[in-house]
Amino acid sequence: MKQISVDDIRKDFPVLNQTINGRKLIYLDNAATTQKPNTVIKSIENYYKSFNGNPHRGAHYLSLKSTEIYETGRKKVANFINASSTREVIFTRNATESLNLLAYSYGMNFIEEGDEIVISIMEHHSNLIPWQQVAKSKKAVLKYLYTNEEGIITEEEIKKKITDKTKLVSIAHVSNALGTINPIKFIIDYAHSRDAKVILDAAQSLPHMKVNVKNLDVDFLVFSGHKMLAPLGIGVLYGKENLLEKIPPFLYGGDMIEYVYEDSTTFAELPHKLEAGTQNVAGVLGLTKAIDYLNEIGMDNIEEMESELTSYALEKLDSLSEIELYGFKGISNRGSVISFNVKDVHPHDTASILDAYGVAIRAGHHCAQPLMRYLGINATCRASFYFYNTKEEIDLFIESLKNVRKWLGYES
Amino acid sequence: MNLDSIYTEIITEYSQSKHNERTIDSPTKSLKGHNPSCGDEINLEIKIKDNIIEDAAFTGVGCAISRASTSIMIDLIKGKRIKDALNLVDTFIGMIKREITNDEDLEILEDAMALKNISNLPARVKCAVLAWHTLKQALE
Ligand SMILES: [Zn+2]
Repeated sequence: MKQISVDDIRKDFPVLNQTINGRKLIYLDNAATTQKPNTVIKSIENYYKSFNGNPHRGAHYLSLKSTEIYETGRKKVANFINASSTREVIFTRNATESLNLLAYSYGMNFIEEGDEIVISIMEHHSNLIPWQQVAKSKKAVLKYLYTNEEGIITEEEIKKKITDKTKLVSIAHVSNALGTINPIKFIIDYAHSRDAKVILDAAQSLPHMKVNVKNLDVDFLVFSGHKMLAPLGIGVLYGKENLLEKIPPFLYGGDMIEYVYEDSTTFAELPHKLEAGTQNVAGVLGLTKAIDYLNEIGMDNIEEMESELTSYALEKLDSLSEIELYGFKGISNRGSVISFNVKDVHPHDTASILDAYGVAIRAGHHCAQPLMRYLGINATCRASFYFYNTKEEIDLFIESLKNVRKWLGYES
Repeated sequence: MNLDSIYTEIITEYSQSKHNERTIDSPTKSLKGHNPSCGDEINLEIKIKDNIIEDAAFTGVGCAISRASTSIMIDLIKGKRIKDALNLVDTFIGMIKREITNDEDLEILEDAMALKNISNLPARVKCAVLAWHTLKQALE
């Protein structure tokens, strides 16, 4: 691993270097959204100062420049995930929109009565509700992969739930609520052996580890830019070309057409067929710069840095008797997300109290109500790290956490 | 934000006290209230006789603020006429929205005045008003 200075990295992130409520900000809500480096922030300003034009439209300089920036971004994303061609990369607003695109354009057209759709109990609502709707309207069956006592989805469970009736499996690579890394290679291979297609929700994995669509042989993959240093409002849908070729457009409008007659239209080729209307060029530029930043540090290094932070935090949390940890207990095979509660204290109170100490965490059901119900809990606190976090921040987080019970009138 | 003004002794005591946490035999009204965004869930039960709230209690899960607010409200409305209870609800919500600021007007809220500072914590306002909105719905 090359020598990386976290101090230097932190200088690139203006948000991290401020005080909140008179205290140094400790940002541990990276699974919700990450902060942005200067290169990303400046690129957006620069775009609107110098290059703003409508891509794929006029023949003038600004329009051409915007088109070039947009399509360069597509190449950058294709390389980052190792897609075979830029025709396989569709820009959306976020992972949720990518999943809805798939539900409407793929699900509604290729799922039939009696077919089975398999998802896991730890899905984010965005990878659950669209499939509930598809199942309802196509009279298909929605099945869940459940976790065992150790918090993992076993191979037996996968073999039991994915059958010859399964048409589609849609699953999170890493759980946003618990941090569990799911056995996706096994799931993809097994689903393919049953002729089912697989959608991977990589929103919580792609920002933190190398994800190679070709090695995984995954059929579709979705992610959000804002969880990986890019601005809000830009997301990606990857799909194998032959599959994207088959699916009808999701949104109709400008940019996605070839010829429009009074009563019929021929649609543009991939990827434009699935991108209607004027696109978010500044967002794509920001995403391009974000990928450059991640590549500069190296995804392997990022994974290693975060795994060190997560094990450090897990060890500290585990040593506090008032802390209960949820999900998979092990250090290996987990993302940089930790779900926990302080004994006798509702997560809301914990989050408010930590906020007063400058520590930003998330409290709630993490858009995974069925998972919470399955685990028999109402809500949890979630701390999630990124490579710019430090062990000193974790120490301060732990120190603040020790005060929580006291604020609620408990002796210790 | 000053935690001292939020997690006061009244709030922490009420949030831990279980004296209003139970079910009522054949309640006149039983209504669920919840904050989906944060996970507070209460089930409020009231017994009404001759337009007077004879008994009230709650069950459920929630944060200290929602629990304290619910319990304080129950202590306050027991024995009151429906009309007066509704007036208390409006006064409480007015206090949280900062529409009623005069301490004299708020005095009828008694211990519930301890929740005044929640208005400085927008993320938690919903927790404080949950029980009161639920009561209003149940009575109307
Ligand atoms: Zn609450």
